[in-house]
Amino acid sequence: MINLYAKREFKYPIFAECITPDNFEGKSAEEIGELKVWEGNKEKKLAELFKVEKIKKEDEKEPVIAIYGDLSKIRMVGAKMTKGQIIIHGDVGMYLGQEMRGGKIAVRGDAAGWAGSMMKGGVIEIFGNAGSYLAAPYRGSMEGMRGGKIIVHGNAGNEAGAYMRKGTIKIYGNAGQFAGLRMRKGTIYIKGNCEERAGACMTGGKIVVGGVIESVLPTFTIEGLKKKVKIEEGEVVEGPFYLFSGDITENGDGKLYISKNRNPHLNFYEKFL
Amino acid sequence: MKLEELKEKRLVEAINMELLIKNGFVYDPINEINCEKMDIAVRDGKIVESVNERKAKIIDASGMIVMPGGVDIHCHIAGSEVNTGRLLRPEDHFRDFERKTAITRSGVGYSIPSTFTTGYRYARMGYTCIMNPSMPPLEAKHTHEELSDTPMVDKATYPLLGDWWFVLEYLKENQIEECAKHVAWMISSTKGYAIKIVNPGGLEAWGFGRNVRSLDDQVPYFNITPRDILRGLCKVNKLLNLPHTIHVHTNNLGIPGNYATTLETMKCVEDLAQEGKPAIHITHCQFSAFKGEDWKTMESGAAEIAKYVNAHEHVTLDMGQVVFTDTTTMTADGPFQYTLYELSGNKWVNHDVETETSAGIVPFHYRRKSYVHAIQWSIGLELALLIKDPWKIYLTTDHPNGAPFTTYPRIIAWLMSRKAREETLKKINKRARRKSLLTTIERELDFYEIAIMTRAGQARALRLKNKGHLGIGADADIAIYKFNPEQVDPSKNYNIVRRAFENAAYTIKNGDIVAKDGEITKHIMGKTIWLDVQVSDPWKITEEMKAKFREYWTVEYENYPVSEHYLAISNPITIKAEV
Repeated sequence: MINLYAKREFKYPIFAECITPDNFEGKSAEEIGELKVWEGNKEKKLAELFKVEKIKKEDEKEPVIAIYGDLSKIRMVGAKMTKGQIIIHGDVGMYLGQEMRGGKIAVRGDAAGWAGSMMKGGVIEIFGNAGSYLAAPYRGSMEGMRGGKIIVHGNAGNEAGAYMRKGTIKIYGNAGQFAGLRMRKGTIYIKGNCEERAGACMTGGKIVVGGVIESVLPTFTIEGLKKKVKIEEGEVVEGPFYLFSGDITENGDGKLYISKNRNPHLNFYEKFL
Repeated sequence: MKLEELKEKRLVEAINMELLIKNGFVYDPINEINCEKMDIAVRDGKIVESVNERKAKIIDASGMIVMPGGVDIHCHIAGSEVNTGRLLRPEDHFRDFERKTAITRSGVGYSIPSTFTTGYRYARMGYTCIMNPSMPPLEAKHTHEELSDTPMVDKATYPLLGDWWFVLEYLKENQIEECAKHVAWMISSTKGYAIKIVNPGGLEAWGFGRNVRSLDDQVPYFNITPRDILRGLCKVNKLLNLPHTIHVHTNNLGIPGNYATTLETMKCVEDLAQEGKPAIHITHCQFSAFKGEDWKTMESGAAEIAKYVNAHEHVTLDMGQVVFTDTTTMTADGPFQYTLYELSGNKWVNHDVETETSAGIVPFHYRRKSYVHAIQWSIGLELALLIKDPWKIYLTTDHPNGAPFTTYPRIIAWLMSRKAREETLKKINKRARRKSLLTTIERELDFYEIAIMTRAGQARALRLKNKGHLGIGADADIAIYKFNPEQVDPSKNYNIVRRAFENAAYTIKNGDIVAKDGEITKHIMGKTIWLDVQVSDPWKITEEMKAKFREYWTVEYENYPVSEHYLAISNPITIKAEV
């Protein structure tokens, strides 16, 4: 178990891609403190920013990192990690778990934009809110999330799951605009409400909205009514749901499930069935 | 010390700089030096007979290869198109960036590096002179601004003239001499170096949403054919005595079955060639050597093209090699880029440069397991290996279309080692492997041939007198690579070859050591080479022409030409034309 305590309030953005279980494995507290991070335009040692503490536990197979303090300026925590755990007691900055392949990250606060960007495996659980571009790739890239799972207990911002190719995203709060933009495959479950344009340009995959959505894009066609939807192995959500498919502008075959009971204003679609 | 004194001291130091490169294995194909152990002496940025050994700085190159600095005949490194590509692809940059050091500036890379990074990366590989093809004349100022910001190398650029309205109008009336005068004015006022022709006629047709499919298709509204344009500009090139030939990107590029068009293009100027002199350069020939009816039946047409080139003296080619990587395609060939966009479904930029040309940009990933991409990879190498004379084919990737220029060392390894080719062949698409001619080709190039393909041949094709060789009076642009050809066999140790060419042991530019073991040791600015074409009766701008400018262009005539002070370091070459 490795504990990191923030020594002060951070004013400048910090790029700390070194904070991963893979990097910390087999290192002493001093060695971990020697790792380099960029604070603004200055290169610093991790020990200058954090108090590093290592507690030996016998039954621990993979490293566990716990971080305390306000990390909202710290970016790239857990980038490219493949194993172990990171537990963040507080908020965290952008690019949390970018390109991660395995292991688990838990955030007991909010995560800023691009959490789980381009991730390929592993689990991210955010107990607060997630920012925009959840699991979305870097600007301009079309290589979205390729596997793994993201669970957000609060709300998520815009463009959650953009360019997604595989994996699962579960948002228990509300989601912003353009959920599942250009997604190809995978599942996005939004338990709360969803803002407009869900599934824009999607070519495959599944978006399930359990709350209110004001409208469905005109490029989606109604296919039928479903009693329940499977989110993942062992998790089924009871409906009924309207099933739409699209986005036709992209010759897509994505599925959009919208709760019937919460969206009575969409009942005019029923006459097309 | 005062600033003025300091400057003077530096100047004196630079002038008195003497350098002696001792005991290297020298490859200098233009002077027919093949792996001879000799010393190279440098004074005042030029290669000289000898220097005072006690005063000179001595580089011990024993056990190393000494070659002239690399010359690249075709790489898109500057201009509005390249810059739009940079804007289009932030994801290309974020994995590949260079932090600033005490000497170099920061920058980003991979397929479309920023200007400074472009210069540094070329210098690290031992390149000292690079040519930027395809500059729309309207974007000449932008191109020269970026070229002025590309350090470490000398550079030049080719204006696109194949679909320029005035040229088309002159050729339609068959006024070759008038056309030549106009082209002379264009080259001098855009500070260009050669005539670049891209998909002749096709770009004009693209303005109407069409393309041309053969050399004898009509160009809409001009009543001429691609053949007329090629022959016309080839004659113009000859009348103007331009150092390089016409630099042609063929019609139907990137379309299966286009090798026939390429052969036709080479044939159409056969009678215009002077004895033993090239008359046409077919650029990135790999993209123009596809056989077959469609993508499924596509095959290599390299054998046919190689057969023709082996039998004729008037053609030079460059490879346009594909390497399996993520890159950005960008050409002035708008219709071809549209095809690519439809194939890949990737993001796409399409642009019509007023009356001059078009352009398109599409990011592209060449994959080993794709049949078409694997065949393309094979075609490039087949061309280089089947064409017997290395003076006729040069190593390029059409940066960044086939791959970024930083992949040159890998291509050199493939050319020098059959084992390296077989290693890659094992990993590519199975059907492509069966169809590839590479399995039957045993030829392995040696360093002498590589020196021709990467520097001497290109310098000769461009007729750059002081580049590409190490004779007395040549520019002291020298590359030294850590490879001992006497002790190590490049065919077996291709990885050592690759590493050696990736980071030159020394890169010397104008007698200065600018890079050492992959580190930039000095930031210098290169010259911009351009042609000052002098005709007996210069083309005059008439009121009618000015009116046309007002009518057709967004730029007034007065703002159109690039004046010499616009170039950071101008290096005009005066050419006496025959008209």
